[in-house]
Amino acid sequence: MKLTLRVWRQKNANARGRFVTYEAKNITPDMSFLEMLDVVNEELIGRGEEPIAFEHDCREGICGSCGFMIDGVAHGPKRASTVCQLHMRSFRDGDSLTIEPWRAKAFPVIKDLIVDRSAFDRIIQAGGFISVPTGSAPDANAILVPKENAELAFDAAACIGCGACVAACPNASAMLFTAAKVSHLHLLPQGQPERYDRARNIVATMDKEEFGGCTNIGECEAVCPKEIRLHFIALMNRDLIRASVRDWKVGRRAAGM
Amino acid sequence: MAVTGFILVGFVIVHMLGNLKVYQGEEKFNAYAVGLREIGSPAVGHEQFLWLMRLVLLTATGLHIVAAVQLTQMSHAARPVSYVQKKVIQATYASRTMRWGGVIITLFVVYHILHLTFGAVGFPPGQYRHLSVYRNVVTGFSLWYVSAFYIAAMVALGLHMYHGVWSMFQTLGLSDENTGRLYRSLAIVSSFVVVVGNISVPAGVLVGLVK
Amino acid sequence: MGATDMDVETRVSGTVVDPVHGRLDARIPPGPIDKKWERHRFDMKLVSPANRRNCTILVVGSGLAGSAAAASLGELGYNVKCFSYHDSPRRAHSIAAQGGINAAKNYRNDGDSVFRLFYDTVKGGDFRAREANVYRLAELSVNIIDQCVAQGVPFAREYGGLLDNRSFGGAQVSRTFYARGQTGQQLLLGAYQALERQVGLGTVTMQTRMEMLDLVVVEGRARGIVTRDLVTGAIESHVGDAVVLATGGYVNVFYLSTNAKASNATAIWRAHKRGAFFGNPCFTQIHPTCIPVSGDHQSKLTLMSESLRNDGRVWVPKKAGDTRAPDQIPPNERDYYLERKYPTYGNLAPRDIASRAAKEVCDDNRGVGPGGRGVYLDFTDAIKRFGESAIRERYGNLFDMYERISGENAYRVPMRMYPAAHYVMGGLWVDYNLMSTIPGLFVGGEANFSDHGANRLGASALMQGLADGYFILPYTIADYIGRTRPDKVDEGHPAFRAVEEEVLGRITRLLDVKGKRTVDSFHRELGRIMWDDCGMARDDAGLRRALEKIPELRAEFWKSVRVLEGSEEVNQSLEKAGRVADFLELGELICIDALHRTESCGGHFRKESQTPDGEALRDDEHFAYVAAWEYTGTLARPNLHKELLHFEYVHLTQRSYK
Repeated sequence: MKLTLRVWRQKNANARGRFVTYEAKNITPDMSFLEMLDVVNEELIGRGEEPIAFEHDCREGICGSCGFMIDGVAHGPKRASTVCQLHMRSFRDGDSLTIEPWRAKAFPVIKDLIVDRSAFDRIIQAGGFISVPTGSAPDANAILVPKENAELAFDAAACIGCGACVAACPNASAMLFTAAKVSHLHLLPQGQPERYDRARNIVATMDKEEFGGCTNIGECEAVCPKEIRLHFIALMNRDLIRASVRDWKVGRRAAGM
Repeated sequence: MAVTGFILVGFVIVHMLGNLKVYQGEEKFNAYAVGLREIGSPAVGHEQFLWLMRLVLLTATGLHIVAAVQLTQMSHAARPVSYVQKKVIQATYASRTMRWGGVIITLFVVYHILHLTFGAVGFPPGQYRHLSVYRNVVTGFSLWYVSAFYIAAMVALGLHMYHGVWSMFQTLGLSDENTGRLYRSLAIVSSFVVVVGNISVPAGVLVGLVK
Repeated sequence: MGATDMDVETRVSGTVVDPVHGRLDARIPPGPIDKKWERHRFDMKLVSPANRRNCTILVVGSGLAGSAAAASLGELGYNVKCFSYHDSPRRAHSIAAQGGINAAKNYRNDGDSVFRLFYDTVKGGDFRAREANVYRLAELSVNIIDQCVAQGVPFAREYGGLLDNRSFGGAQVSRTFYARGQTGQQLLLGAYQALERQVGLGTVTMQTRMEMLDLVVVEGRARGIVTRDLVTGAIESHVGDAVVLATGGYVNVFYLSTNAKASNATAIWRAHKRGAFFGNPCFTQIHPTCIPVSGDHQSKLTLMSESLRNDGRVWVPKKAGDTRAPDQIPPNERDYYLERKYPTYGNLAPRDIASRAAKEVCDDNRGVGPGGRGVYLDFTDAIKRFGESAIRERYGNLFDMYERISGENAYRVPMRMYPAAHYVMGGLWVDYNLMSTIPGLFVGGEANFSDHGANRLGASALMQGLADGYFILPYTIADYIGRTRPDKVDEGHPAFRAVEEEVLGRITRLLDVKGKRTVDSFHRELGRIMWDDCGMARDDAGLRRALEKIPELRAEFWKSVRVLEGSEEVNQSLEKAGRVADFLELGELICIDALHRTESCGGHFRKESQTPDGEALRDDEHFAYVAAWEYTGTLARPNLHKELLHFEYVHLTQRSYK
């Protein structure tokens, strides 16, 4: 196979970027998309040109490192897949593809297709956990979790933090990522004590990180490699509303009303 | 957005039901218009309830617009560099046209009030008569281009309402893995009924069903 | 430099340091095995809460062991700095572990116990692990599950709400806890969340996109590290009172492996060159169920959880060179070779055995798929028995993954599998406290050599990483700090300056080669040498061949590698070059170790040492020890120190899974 790639090149965060066109030759359908880029990079290095920088690690779709836009779709045309799991058999010989980094204020470009997603870590720091210091846990089977809840919690917990949801959202919102973590913990009995504080803190941090607002469009769900569902956002919203009602009540009680 | 949207959707549905009274004939329809002004009577004075409602609606509309503007600004700020190429995968046409749809509906509402509430536009001089609502409707919609504008605006309203209602269930946290589809259907049905109900009036006038 | 036969001989036999007077003391506490850890916890020093804040602990790596250690130490009040070369600690390769985690809970009432898990692990490791460590691991396994459940890890449940278990490669009891096929991900996210909580509370400073390039030893103690900021290229020193390396394994020395692309040996290799002994480097594990190589472009291999072997049946055609489609081959012309050779364990035979068996049938020209390097893993019978939906529920995500990579639907046609390099049991030598031979340098998780002997059983790696991180290092580091109270040292200390200079010099050297060949081409070539001559089956001639080729390749690397300019920005080929340079040195040590150990044990199979029916034959009389290699300044002549293994509780037997 032979393809034409239009790739975003940007030397560093402050430099101006531009598209550069490359030919990808000697590509086979069994290659993954990243292996195709490896081939292009080997050739670039051979010519003394800088290889295309892209983030990747496990190459089996679980670490969440990789991801960029292929022809305007986060992680490319295959549903429920990261770019490392996208194989060239999804393309045709002679295709011309545009490759762009995730674009969001909260994800500044570091180089070429690499963006800084540390905002996600800060969201988790704000409440994406259950406060359980090492050594303080009761026996594992002392906590009963209905199978159904465990399964649903797992569906939400499957998030790999790749950032495709933000990239695909017309508002550059991080609601699906945030809601996945909140829902994972809220669906389990262990997550109950901190439930409302968590929802409030985590969403406040998301806003502070300058992600956009959610308008329930659903493009996030469409590109999520782990098929995390939009209804988790509703689940988080429910807790947010309850959190404000609770705050109001607590405030009234504190004011002696 | 969701709370103000909820109020507006409620109004739109009630308004549509009111509109359908046009099929009960001139007398009943006019009586309905007059009756609106006397709701709560005698405890509440003439037009007082109506004005209260108008105030609520105006506030809801204002807040709805403010929230929409803020959301839009947030979105733009959140993606200062846009994509050279971006494809839509599953977002509905309705969800993608919320902002322009909102603008169209606002313009329409302004026109609609100037038209059928004040008779300031769309009527030949002297043709509009206050509280002769049935006559006004028939006369107003006899002009085909006015009706066409109303019908077009109702399509925009329907799209806006479809995504708005669905979105409301999401934002208020009602939707979940079991009820998501139900709420989707509810959004489709409610916006469809409103659109068809409302469109039937100018269409009825044009085909001579209402005269 | 070319290696002559004589060199090899001296490397192997001439440099053994007297084990009694050598520097190896495993510091195993006295007393009966089930009381050692409890007794030791009492004997260890504590650090008062007020003093903890003044102690800085550097944790390198943020996988299961690193995140768990950093979070736990942060909770205790130490000043922790955690380093990761990823953009987020959540990317560490622990995330890719699929199958599960063992714990001796005996929730199934099937006869499991701490002692049985201990026994199985020592036996599974082919009697090359330290009894006391393994027993502690089995003891702690139960606490790990408690901790993880409390953190909200969504383990599989039964309808009653209790935890579900399954049996896993090599075990006859169901003691494996799992979260679909993503157990490693969920456990890592649990540890990551605990870590981020501490970051939020300010007890841990997280340094992402920061690669450790060297260790700083001051007056015989590990006092800090030198790092490179992968975004700005800045070389920085970090001072600590103790250093923890939790940097994972080095199986990428084979180039093609199931490890992540960036997984590397640099941190432990640098520490080794600063004085930490390297334990059993040749103990590498080949995982039997990976998706076969599809072509030269292949950049990594994908493992399919061996839990698949619970329901899948492994077979190849009986006839050599049979190219018929699998459904065209009638049952009586199929060889279900694992069931045939190992009737008790069948398809669940341990990893090393299953891998070698696959290699044998493929060497026999009975392999399937393109290139003939593959065997079938067939679910037809399981689907008939339990229905497709049951199989989908158990392995749905694995089947999806297989389809994405191979383009084949495994519900219809059997999967094709082939062994791939997967894990290393070897690593930096550590004592019972997980401290290396450099005081103050602790090593956890896959980076240390400790608990798996010569072969790791399934679902044990996650257990070990978390035991090290949550429950061992926080105690033993306190003991070290409590005993030593090192003097204050700062970044301006000459030792730090000197190491920074060395690190910079190395980067400059790499950039200055300006040759023609890419880093990857060297890595690939090294991988081929290692796989061919030091892979699933090793022999004297092959290892000697490798020991000649590797130094040559290394010399060639430093003569003709091409690393593009740009040390002060993101430079991924520079990052790779440094790592491959270290693999080119480590590869030699692996082969030296493999050559010296003339017995077969676990993952280390020497063709010269096998039973008449082709099974691994141990030589307990000569090799019941841990080989701990000391760097002497000359790669070709490391010193061998032996830690003799004593088995008081486990009876040494020939492993048999028949």
